[in-house]
Amino acid sequence: MSDRFAVRLHRVAMHFPARREPLRSLKEWAIARLHGHHDGGVFWAIRDLDLDLRQGDTLGVIGRNGAGKSTLLRLAGGIIQPSRGEVHIWGSVAPVIELSAGFDRELTGRENVLFNGSLLGIPRREMRKRMDEIVAFAQLEEVVDAPLRTYSSGMLARLAFAVATSVRADTVLLDEVLAVGDQFFRSRCHARIAEMCAAGTTLMLVSHDLTTITNLCRRAVWLDEGRIVAAGETPAVLDAYRGSAGVPGAART
Amino acid sequence: MNDTAAPAVVLAGQRPTLRRECAQVWARWELLVNLVTRDLTVRYKRSLLGFLWSFLHPLIFMVVLTLVFGTLFAQRTPNYSAYLLSAYLAFQYFLQTTTKAMASMSWNGPLLKRVYVPASIFPLSVALSGLVNLYLSFLPMFLVMAVLKVPFSWSLLFLPLGGVLLFLFVLGCSFALCSLAVYFDDVRLMYEAGIYSVMYLTPIFYPLEIVPERFRPIIFANPLYYYCELIRQPVFTGRLPEPETIAVAAVWAVVMLILGWQVLRRMSPGFFRHL
Repeated sequence: MSDRFAVRLHRVAMHFPARREPLRSLKEWAIARLHGHHDGGVFWAIRDLDLDLRQGDTLGVIGRNGAGKSTLLRLAGGIIQPSRGEVHIWGSVAPVIELSAGFDRELTGRENVLFNGSLLGIPRREMRKRMDEIVAFAQLEEVVDAPLRTYSSGMLARLAFAVATSVRADTVLLDEVLAVGDQFFRSRCHARIAEMCAAGTTLMLVSHDLTTITNLCRRAVWLDEGRIVAAGETPAVLDAYRGSAGVPGAART
Repeated sequence: MNDTAAPAVVLAGQRPTLRRECAQVWARWELLVNLVTRDLTVRYKRSLLGFLWSFLHPLIFMVVLTLVFGTLFAQRTPNYSAYLLSAYLAFQYFLQTTTKAMASMSWNGPLLKRVYVPASIFPLSVALSGLVNLYLSFLPMFLVMAVLKVPFSWSLLFLPLGGVLLFLFVLGCSFALCSLAVYFDDVRLMYEAGIYSVMYLTPIFYPLEIVPERFRPIIFANPLYYYCELIRQPVFTGRLPEPETIAVAAVWAVVMLILGWQVLRRMSPGFFRHL
C-alpha cells in the first residue's frame, strides 16, 4: 500500500426519487408543476460520506441489503454523479458490476468479448490478443462461436467474469460477482483477484460473503443506511458487523 | 501503477461540456463502431436478404400508394412512384431513428449503470446506422428508377450531402427526444401519435400544389419538408435542390443540434436515477 490515493470521496451524498412509483409521465409532471408541489420525497442512498482508498489497498464493503453498497461502488468508479460532494479518481478504474449488462444474445461469444472490450475502452487489437486467454479462463472453447442465447447462465457468468477481469486497471471494483459458477470456477476467480492484488492493483469489493472479504481485503467498511458505521482492519469491522445481528439501525444506538 | 498527478474529478451538479463529451465519444470510437455494426447486423440479420427485407417496407408503401394515388396525381406528377419513394426514404430515416434513439436509452440503461459511457453515444450510433441504411437504400431506389425509366442526372451526386444534412437534424432531434424519454415514459407514446400527423403534413405522397395557398405556411414551417425535398429533387426533377431549400435545411440542422445538445447535457447527469 502506497501513500498515493486511488479514490477519494469527499462529503458525498446520493439521492433517488423516493416515491414507490416515480413520476414517469410528462403529463403528471406538468400537473404537479402547475399545482406547485414538486416530486415527493427523496431517498438518500448515501449520506455525507467520506472515504479514502489508497493505491494498492484492498477494501471490502459490507452491510445489509439496501445499505448503499452498490451505489458507493458506482460513485467510486465515476459511473454516476453524486447529488452532493466530490469524487476524485486517480488512474484507470475497471468496474466489474452487473456483468451481463452489455451482452447481446444474438451475437456470438467472441463478438461479445470484442464488444465488451470496446465498452471498457480496450482496443480491438488488444482484445483479440487476449481472446484465447479469456476463452480458456471461461472454459468456453467449444461454444465461443455460437450465439449467446444458446449459453447456460453459468457459461454467461464465466464469460462475463473472464472479460471483465482481463482488463489491467489501477483500480478494480467488484460487486458481488465472485459468487458465479461452480466452486471450482469460484476458486479460480479468487485466485485471479488475489493475483491482481499482489501485483499492486487497488481493490474495492462488495460482498455478503464475509469469508471472501476476510480472504481478499485488508480493510473493510460497514455501511448502513448510507453512512459508514465502522471502518478499519477487516477482522474488527466484521466482528462489529456480526455483533449487530443485521438489526436495522442497530449501529446508531 | 499510474503516476498521473491530476485525478479525474466527478462533482455534484456537473454537466458535460461539448468539448468533454466529444473527447469522451472520440476515446470510445471503437465502441461507436461496434454499436453501429451491431445495429446493422441485427437489422439485416447477417444477410443480403435481410437488407432487402428492410427495404421491402418502403417498397410496399410505394406500390400501394402508387396504386391508390398514381392516377389521381398522374397529371401533375409523372413518375409518381419515384416522387413518393425518394421523399419517403428521407422521412423514414427521421422516423425510425428518433424512435429507436428513445428505445436505445432503455435498452442500454443497464450499460450506463455498469461503466461510464457518454450518454450521447447511443443516439449518435442510432443516427449513424440509420444514415448507412439510408445510403444503402439509394441503391434499390436507383433500381426502381431504372425500371420506371426515370432519367439519371448528375445531380444525384448531391444525395450523400443531403443525407448528411438530414443526419445532423435527426441527431439533434434524437438528443432531445431520448433525454425526455428517459425521464418520462409517455414521451414515446405521445411522439408516436404526433409524428403521424406530421407525416401527413409533409408533402410525401401528395404534390405541394394541391395544398391551398393559405395553408402552405404550415407546410413551410415543417422542417421535414425541406429534407424530403433535398432527397427528392435530384431524383424526381433531375436538378439540384434550390439554394433556399438547402439553406433552410442547414439552419434547421444547426438549430436542432444546439437545442438537442442543451437538453441532453442538462438531463444526462440524472439519467442514472431514471433508468
